[in-house]
Amino acid sequence: MKKVIEGSHAVSEAARLARVQVIAAYPITPQTHIVEALSEHCSNGTLNARFINVESEHSAMAAVIGAASGGARAFTASSSHGLAYMHELLHWASAARLPIVMAEVNRALGPGWNIWTDQTDSLAQRDTGWIQLYCEDGQEALDTTLQAFRLAEAVNLPVMVVLDAFYLSHTFEPIEVPDQETVDRFLPAPSPRFQLDTADPSAFNQLVTPAAYMEMRYNTQLAMEEAQRRLIQIEKEFETIFGRSHAPVEAVACEDAEIIMVTTGTVTSTCRQVLADLRSRGEKVGLFKLKLFRPLPTDLICRHLSSAGKIAVIDRNISFGAGGIFAQEIRAGLCNHEPHPPVFGFVAGLGGRDITPDTLVEIYNHTKNNPAPSEETIWIGLNQETVEAWSN
Amino acid sequence: MLNKNVGISAYNDLMNPGHLGCPGCGATIAMKLALQALGEKTMVVIPACCWGVIAGPYPQSALKVPILHTAFATAGAAASGLRAALDMRGDTETNILSWAGDGGTFDIGFQSLSGAVERNEDCIFVCYDNEAYMNTGVQRSSATPYGTRTTTTPADKWKKTGKKNIMEALAAHRIPYAATASIGYPDDLMRKFKKAGEMKGGSRFIHVLATCPTGWRIGSELSVKVARLAVQTNVFPLYEVKDGIHYTVNIKGDRKVDAYFMSQGRFKHLAEADIALIQQQVDAEWDLLTRKAKLSCQ
Repeated sequence: MKKVIEGSHAVSEAARLARVQVIAAYPITPQTHIVEALSEHCSNGTLNARFINVESEHSAMAAVIGAASGGARAFTASSSHGLAYMHELLHWASAARLPIVMAEVNRALGPGWNIWTDQTDSLAQRDTGWIQLYCEDGQEALDTTLQAFRLAEAVNLPVMVVLDAFYLSHTFEPIEVPDQETVDRFLPAPSPRFQLDTADPSAFNQLVTPAAYMEMRYNTQLAMEEAQRRLIQIEKEFETIFGRSHAPVEAVACEDAEIIMVTTGTVTSTCRQVLADLRSRGEKVGLFKLKLFRPLPTDLICRHLSSAGKIAVIDRNISFGAGGIFAQEIRAGLCNHEPHPPVFGFVAGLGGRDITPDTLVEIYNHTKNNPAPSEETIWIGLNQETVEAWSN
Repeated sequence: MLNKNVGISAYNDLMNPGHLGCPGCGATIAMKLALQALGEKTMVVIPACCWGVIAGPYPQSALKVPILHTAFATAGAAASGLRAALDMRGDTETNILSWAGDGGTFDIGFQSLSGAVERNEDCIFVCYDNEAYMNTGVQRSSATPYGTRTTTTPADKWKKTGKKNIMEALAAHRIPYAATASIGYPDDLMRKFKKAGEMKGGSRFIHVLATCPTGWRIGSELSVKVARLAVQTNVFPLYEVKDGIHYTVNIKGDRKVDAYFMSQGRFKHLAEADIALIQQQVDAEWDLLTRKAKLSCQ
């Protein structure tokens, strides 16, 4: 049934419907609504799970690692500094091949303190071996969270479901919340491939010499590569049961597009409107939504983007000294493919600054009016007075 | 990564023959005794520490019970998560034995341990204390006692601050059971592990002094003897604390501290005056402990 709920509760409803068994969490804005709701479910019996109120995010991830090693379906949520604090354990979770699901609400890192949306937190974790899925709206957040458990358990890798702070986490939308019976059909009880067991004692995560370490990492890479194929299968099955789907990437009006704008997260919705407006004025523009970021769907990127005249990537994140991270990845994905169009990298909307239709039109016009990018990274909407006040 | 790697079982205890501990390693003796007391319904959580190595590399294991190796700071949290998973499986019988060194208990692991025992997690948290970062080459920790030379407190920069009183810190959490134990007193140690194993439902903490011949600069054959001296000189008293406030002292030492300090290369540089000062410190601590025990009797 449809309910008007916020993005955070789309995630917590999905975790409840997934019958998670262990949740460990530590508060951080703007993630807290997710775990507050789950805590409520545990307390009133609408969810049969253990909720561990840990004393830090580092411990939150360690606790779900312990839980998943014991065979439990485990969930946590975090943001920004919390995610950064977990960093060591993110590596641990993926190398231990544990199917943990985490909701990560994109928030800027300090200093200065800023609770608003910014993707640098999750992108800084891109090399940790976590599958990353960026959501556009509340419905996608709910559906993706359900799919995340299937995917994680299919390939034995942890999955991060990523939501923009406030624009998604705190925005109320009408969302189809499925019933338990239907979700149970899609997502049966977990049957772990391995778990700690006194009747069959094994050592997990022990010392490993150079003779075997590399093979373990190679297997993780293979699992990552398999994740894309499995996600597409899971999406298909999801669509059969629920009548909705969200592909790893979505190409809108890309076939004849001269310029394709690449987006992630909630900016995609804004860009859909801009696309409609520009198309109605005869502009040959397309939109490419990247949902699956790890593993990077290079084949899909090449298939949809390589025939365009130019690519404009919108990054709500920055890798200092290199530029927007999605732009780098798109460039890298395309570089061995012929033809490959010039990629314009735009950094916009850091620290929660709104990316409006006007911002996107400015990006489109800049791309249209320049034959090639004048610089690797083009910053949109900078206030020069503030820049100068902070310089030197 | 599934490691089906438990080796041959030639002995009745829960350690396999063959491990990577140094000769005379007290931490190895402690594990052997602890598992004998707790039995096979035990899962061991090991953060980075000597035991992360002693347990052996893939695809072998020195233990006949499951081991979850975990990151340095996380023994308390990982044990909590594993406990929750077992509870959800309906298994409340299996003991979770968190097995950390002094670094993973006193220092980097202190936060997650404090969090876990504040939640009164149903686990046994053990610190096998060899009084420095032995696995990385004998660097000082906050468990290193006053007067010790380590590789980061060398020469005349020997450690000038005392050992953190971890038992008091844990007792301050008012957990159901906390005890000290020694590899020099195996019956007492095993009694405490048995008691802890049977006390389900809350946090239990056992602080084991585990001699390290390599770091303490003693002969490997002296490991047990030196552990006994620590108790006999009241440097490491054996006692139990119930609910954080009721103290019982198990053994009264009657020897002077020089017997203990003179037995080890790590204290060789100490002058008579230094030893005298340490004797005063030990006497004061012993006096305080016995007064707490007396208060508990009233």
